[in-house]
Amino acid sequence: MQKRSIVPIIYILFLMLPIYWLVTMSFKTTNEILESFSLFPQTFTLDAYKTIFTDPTWYWGYINSIIYVSLNTVISLIVALPAAYAFSRYRFLGDKTLFFWLLTNRMAPIAVFALPFFQLYSAVGLFDTHIAVALAHCIFNIPLAVWILEGFMSGIPKELDETAYVDGYSFPRFFLTIFLPTIKAGVGVAAFFCFMYSWVELLLAKTLTAVVAKPIAATMTKTASSAGYELGLLAAAGTLTIIPGAIVIYFVRNYIAKGFAMGRV
Amino acid sequence: MKTENQKAWFFVLPVLLLVAFNAVIPMMTVVNYSVQETFGDNRFFWEGLTWFQQILNSDRFHSALGRQFLFTFIILTIEIPLGVAIALSMPRKGPWVSVCLILMSLPMLIPWNVVGAMWNIFTLPEIGLLGYFLNNVVGINYDMTQDPVAAWVTIVTMDVWHWTSLVVLLAYAGLVSIPDAYYQAAKIDGASNWSVFRFIQLPKMKNVLTIAILLRFMDSFNIYTEVFVLTGGGPGNSTTFLSIDLVKIALGQFDLGPAAAMSLIYFAITLLVSWLFYTLMNRDDLNDYEEVEH
Repeated sequence: MQKRSIVPIIYILFLMLPIYWLVTMSFKTTNEILESFSLFPQTFTLDAYKTIFTDPTWYWGYINSIIYVSLNTVISLIVALPAAYAFSRYRFLGDKTLFFWLLTNRMAPIAVFALPFFQLYSAVGLFDTHIAVALAHCIFNIPLAVWILEGFMSGIPKELDETAYVDGYSFPRFFLTIFLPTIKAGVGVAAFFCFMYSWVELLLAKTLTAVVAKPIAATMTKTASSAGYELGLLAAAGTLTIIPGAIVIYFVRNYIAKGFAMGRV
Repeated sequence: MKTENQKAWFFVLPVLLLVAFNAVIPMMTVVNYSVQETFGDNRFFWEGLTWFQQILNSDRFHSALGRQFLFTFIILTIEIPLGVAIALSMPRKGPWVSVCLILMSLPMLIPWNVVGAMWNIFTLPEIGLLGYFLNNVVGINYDMTQDPVAAWVTIVTMDVWHWTSLVVLLAYAGLVSIPDAYYQAAKIDGASNWSVFRFIQLPKMKNVLTIAILLRFMDSFNIYTEVFVLTGGGPGNSTTFLSIDLVKIALGQFDLGPAAAMSLIYFAITLLVSWLFYTLMNRDDLNDYEEVEH
């Protein structure tokens, strides 16, 4: 048992090295970063963080990202839940084809589809809104959410549904008060995946926004290049992008650990 | 058993509408571009299948596609076994589970351009932790901006760093879903570690592993931002994968027609390979049921 735990420890160390490097860089001045190699900051500075927390273009980047990511997660889950239920419980015309078709939407090379996306969202008057990014990210998050939730729901015996109907539950009441709590672990896992993929995606988010809804990742690229690579600032901004994600994992960690155990996922 | 119910369509309708809005309309635009020529003045001329012929016959496309397949093949052969091995050696109970899961998920939560940028600086020979260490402590001449092999090693390492946790997470989920009774039975039968893995753990992980393989295949086959920020496709063209070449054509040269034709071919290839994975998995499922019945 003790010998075995070496593997995860080495793996985690490997994961932490680049992150450590990013975090230490955020406390260095740009000059120090460019001048020479140092394992720890020689002149410890919080200037980069001060800039981010006082300049609206910076902190609004984070707020914008959080807004559209949350919107996307909520939308994805709300529409994916009934669909996953249908796929796990019923047979209907074209169900298998539809299930695979959903998946194919993750495969389109977003790089070239970005321009048509821009045209589409401009045409419907949603350009530079949070909802545009939230809707656009549905293209890869909804299929994943349906897939994950379907797995969890198939793990729940159908007798549960039947018992509820015999007891006189209506479908919405059964779904909300009995079924949903039973698969809440699955919902947590699906929410985590939606959050993650929407949070890290940049190409669509950048294409569909200009000023009002600009994501943090886009703010970073722009400021870094116009000011001639302020590496300290870039590192600090990068470090801060990890924090919302870490908070989300903290809340869903038990679902991930125990939750997966329920379904076949 | 599932029951036949055509009304289930109403449950699927919102998903269908949302995804179709995002998928079908942009897809139509791309199809449109792929058969037309424009000189940038918003006038379009019918070109037929010229762009498709041009792309399918170009060496540039073939070499980018070759690199793409090689990259995805390397990624899958490293990340899937490694992820399973790490999941197997993770603790099953106790507070360390949460610590492991949180720390392991961190790389996945960093925006892709930040991942590219941090690995770029991390590997710089003079000022980056890894680059400095390899050059000045180990003594290897390592510079990924000059040496194609170093660039490949860096990109593969970055992707392993970034995404192995996804495989770990899914494989771990499959593992904790195995009831203790299976292990006890195996112990009574005197099964070796290998046969426990081969006949209990691996079959139980098959479903989650299929998802892991599909996700890793699709995501690595479409990889763009990280590589673009890290190497920009260089040195030379050595790390110009399909998506990077595509963007060079579409936005760099603004050749929308060829770029659209190329992305449709690209899409078709991704679809075909994913479909192969998917049907292989379904066929295996059928075989399993037959075995149980006999």
